[in-house]
Amino acid sequence: MDTLLDNLDVFTKGFGTTLVLFAWSAVFALILGTVVAAMRVAPVPIMRAVGTVYVNTVRNTPLTLVMMFFALGYPQLGLPKLDYVPLAIIALTLYTATYVAETLRSGINTVPLGQAEAARAIGLTFGQSLGQIILPQAIRAVVPPMFNVLIALLKNTTIAAGFSVMEAGAIRAFLSERGEPALVVLLWVAAVFVVLVMVLSLLQRYFEKKWRVA
Amino acid sequence: MSTAPEGRAAGSAPVVSVKGVNKHYGPLHVLKDINLAVGKGEVVVVLGPSGSGKSTMCRTINRLETVDEGEIRVDGELLPQEGKALATLRAEVGMVFQSFNLFANKSILENVTLGPIKVRGLKKAEADALALELLAKVGVANQKDKLPSQLSGGQQQRVAIARALAMRPKVMLFDEPTSALDPEMINEVLDTMISLAREGMTMIVVTHEMGFARKAADRIIFMADGQIVEESTPEEFFTNPQSARAKDFLSKLITH
Repeated sequence: MDTLLDNLDVFTKGFGTTLVLFAWSAVFALILGTVVAAMRVAPVPIMRAVGTVYVNTVRNTPLTLVMMFFALGYPQLGLPKLDYVPLAIIALTLYTATYVAETLRSGINTVPLGQAEAARAIGLTFGQSLGQIILPQAIRAVVPPMFNVLIALLKNTTIAAGFSVMEAGAIRAFLSERGEPALVVLLWVAAVFVVLVMVLSLLQRYFEKKWRVA
Repeated sequence: MSTAPEGRAAGSAPVVSVKGVNKHYGPLHVLKDINLAVGKGEVVVVLGPSGSGKSTMCRTINRLETVDEGEIRVDGELLPQEGKALATLRAEVGMVFQSFNLFANKSILENVTLGPIKVRGLKKAEADALALELLAKVGVANQKDKLPSQLSGGQQQRVAIARALAMRPKVMLFDEPTSALDPEMINEVLDTMISLAREGMTMIVVTHEMGFARKAADRIIFMADGQIVEESTPEEFFTNPQSARAKDFLSKLITH
């Protein structure tokens, strides 16, 4: 307990950054992932192709490499200079969005085709039928796997530690310098993650109840 | 035998015109050189055995199925490619499906108001009034706040008819509207359709309900193997079918 209480400053700062990374990446990944899922079911072949290429390239790349590209490659592209935290958010967003897109698409596939046909038959455009009819039904079916994606994202944020971002994954290195035993520190980090994931699980239960498929 | 009953479409352009339409599913030739013109206010009933292409033909008219060859016009306008223009044209063509396809995430009232609000730009109050009027007409106004899954099949199908009517369509397509219904619910849907026909709605009805065909049709189209084999008045078709295919089809109906 002393290890935690004596170094509360480092734990607070570390997990604070983790939550910042998680919250922004989750919001952006859900938005981008929805757009990509829509592209992958669009009636326009070129949009489907772009969506498929994006998902297949980024999803097939290890997150560490995506991070490395943004931490090391991006600053050399001559684009506006960005801090490591926003760069990590961009990397996490681009990576996680592919999983969000595929999860949503599997939900879209559970919605009977007749729903889309009926929507088109009354003259709704593709975007309207997706937004009004298809996605609201698809989301109900994908609450559990979508929370899997978010939980994975929460834990994936620790990879940013390798690229100069002071988040939960970096706490051990910081506290080793203060002479704290590494194993104890890591157990505390793990314990906090367990608590955070439990919060997400509670949220999942809430949404599952709220959107129970009729 | 291939002319519309006199007095209908005379002088005016047909509401639906299908010319030289062909469609293949791989090696299967599902629509063979289909020609059809439906005049304003006309009720055309399409009969035929399963797999004859009658549903496919019905679905090509609002381009839920694409065709390989030929042209389809609705109210004189060629069906456009996928996109905004097609959506606009589909709004003019009401469609009722075998499996109802009410929007599962919307209430009965919302099912009917969605099109008028999103496509026609009506205000919510106007759309609600229109929807309630139509729901009353098909006899399900008291169910307006329920979800589709809480209604019986017959009620759902009548809501689906109201949803299509809310767009004030120029023509209504019915794709086997009673085939998924329990026998005791078929009549409530057919009665709604008959009263619609009496009001002068232009209708194309794919069905197996011979009673409806006799009672409400101006013209019978008989399809088999992707072709229109016979086209005549109900009287003529049921008492004096010309083709062997139609005779065979009718004899099977009578023996059961």
